[in-house]
Amino acid sequence: MVKPIIHIENVHKHFGRIHALRGVSLDVNVGEVVVILGPSGSGKSTLLRCINHLEVYDSGTIEVDGILLKTAQNINTVRREVGMVFQSFNLFAHLTALQNLTLAQRKVRKRSKAEAEKIARDLLKKVGITEKADSYPAQLSGGQQQRVAIARALAMNPKIMLFDEPTSALDPEMIKEVLDVMLALAKEGMTMVVVSHEMGFARAAASRAIFMDEGQIVEEGKPDKLFTNPTQERTKLFLSKVLQI
Amino acid sequence: MPSDGFFRNLWRSFQKKPPEILEQSPTPKLNFIPGAEPREKLDPWWWLVVAVAVLLVLLIALKPDPYWDIFLFVRDGLAITVELTVISFVFIIIVGLIGGLGRIAKNPVIHFIASLYVEIIRGIPLLVQLIWWYYAAPALIKEIGQAIHWDFMANYVANPFILAVVGLVVCYGAYMAEIFRAGIQSIPKGQMEASRSLGMSYLQSMIHVVLPQAIRVVLPPVGNEFIMLLKDTSLVSVVAVADLTRRGREFMAAHFNPLTVWTLIALLYLVLTLVAARFISWLETRRKY
Ligand SMILES: Nc1ncnc2c1ncn2[C@@H]1O[C@H](COP(=O)(O)OP(=O)(O)OP(=O)(O)O)[C@@H](O)[C@H]1O
Ligand SMILES: [Mg+2]
Repeated sequence: MVKPIIHIENVHKHFGRIHALRGVSLDVNVGEVVVILGPSGSGKSTLLRCINHLEVYDSGTIEVDGILLKTAQNINTVRREVGMVFQSFNLFAHLTALQNLTLAQRKVRKRSKAEAEKIARDLLKKVGITEKADSYPAQLSGGQQQRVAIARALAMNPKIMLFDEPTSALDPEMIKEVLDVMLALAKEGMTMVVVSHEMGFARAAASRAIFMDEGQIVEEGKPDKLFTNPTQERTKLFLSKVLQI
Repeated sequence: MPSDGFFRNLWRSFQKKPPEILEQSPTPKLNFIPGAEPREKLDPWWWLVVAVAVLLVLLIALKPDPYWDIFLFVRDGLAITVELTVISFVFIIIVGLIGGLGRIAKNPVIHFIASLYVEIIRGIPLLVQLIWWYYAAPALIKEIGQAIHWDFMANYVANPFILAVVGLVVCYGAYMAEIFRAGIQSIPKGQMEASRSLGMSYLQSMIHVVLPQAIRVVLPPVGNEFIMLLKDTSLVSVVAVADLTRRGREFMAAHFNPLTVWTLIALLYLVLTLVAARFISWLETRRKY
């Protein structure tokens, strides 16, 4: 059996009195694309943020690429291997698109300026923003910003990419351009964990869909099966609401 | 470069022609982020600086009898005031930065120490602090030196200038810490998170991501502190530092002409603060982000 690249076991997380994660266990294998959905406040973001330790979990274990997330040293090693894309893009506002891609390459991967810029330009080309390399984030549309953010994460050569509702802050006409980039990434065999309610993307790219509610994984399965034939009552209720829109 | 642009702009403002006619050279096409485009217009408050400077020069040129004599007498004090301000300010920035980072630190001990420092210092008048550093601190150092039989400390001789710098830095550092804290906290948390998620350390993220953006926010209040400091240095005249104010008092004691002395001193301070204010607002327009 192949060892999973992400191994999450019985993880609990509290925010004060809120019990945000209640014993979540999940394995993700290399090359898998896992889509997580669930109602607001169900703990999807929290789970994702625990994987690269932006959130400190209370108990349980998380292993990424065989590295246990415990010491600060391990956390930084893991973060180098895990790219993250945020709902609100979070591009560095004071840097151009190109500089957004080169900063961490130079500081963390210790690449030369020329090498980092070459990689950055190649990636910007890949996500289709060659002509905007010298623009600042505020001069880019939401869709363009999110594609730069994806490129920024890819510049670190991550083994895993985490997406937290990457399209939910975007206008409808921009969603496709971001999803296309993600689809291409999935086709290349990138391991991805995606929090998203984009059913189309899930059906096209996901190997597994997971439904979360109240800090727990309620149900998981092939996207087609989960969306059309959910077994749990809560999943049915949620899907009926989402599909209405 | 800076003075160049300044004089060009000053010259232009005296001409009544529209600036486009003079400005023919194509400016290099830079990508300025919206809201941070450089202003090409001359800062309108320069006229006040010019007016006060002209007034000073006229006074000295037309009535050299008291004014030129006073100026010659107090000019070393003027230099001390400027030195004291600039030297203190450099250390204030450093202390403020450390204090500000301490105030937002997750480590409870660091946070507590930084907060305690800020709370205590802000509760004591600057004049009292300066007096404490000049009179009380040396006595304390001597006592400790005697207790531990360390001659170097027991025979400590107070240096007024250094103790004045210490007093100003300790006091202003606390206010500066609050400015930096607020500035750093005004940057969205997502910036730090994105930086950390790329594997950069806390310090790297601060230096390369958060602080460069915070500068834009803190520049106006920091500039404000600089001008306050420039004026507050006059308090050191009571702790044996021969600054502009103290030299003025000395001259008045010898000649007893308060009107002329204090008018000149006031004008000298005014020139310093007005120039500083213009310099700061020029800095604000110059930043690229
Ligand atoms: N930093 C925080 N401090 C306090 N409570 C938090 C924090 N982050 C999340 N929570 C709480 O934890 C629970 C799970 O939040 P989480 O953001 O993981 O939900 P989510 O599934 O991502 O929801 P959404 O779809 O709205 O993004 C919620 O009740 C939320 O209020
Ligand atoms: Mg969320």
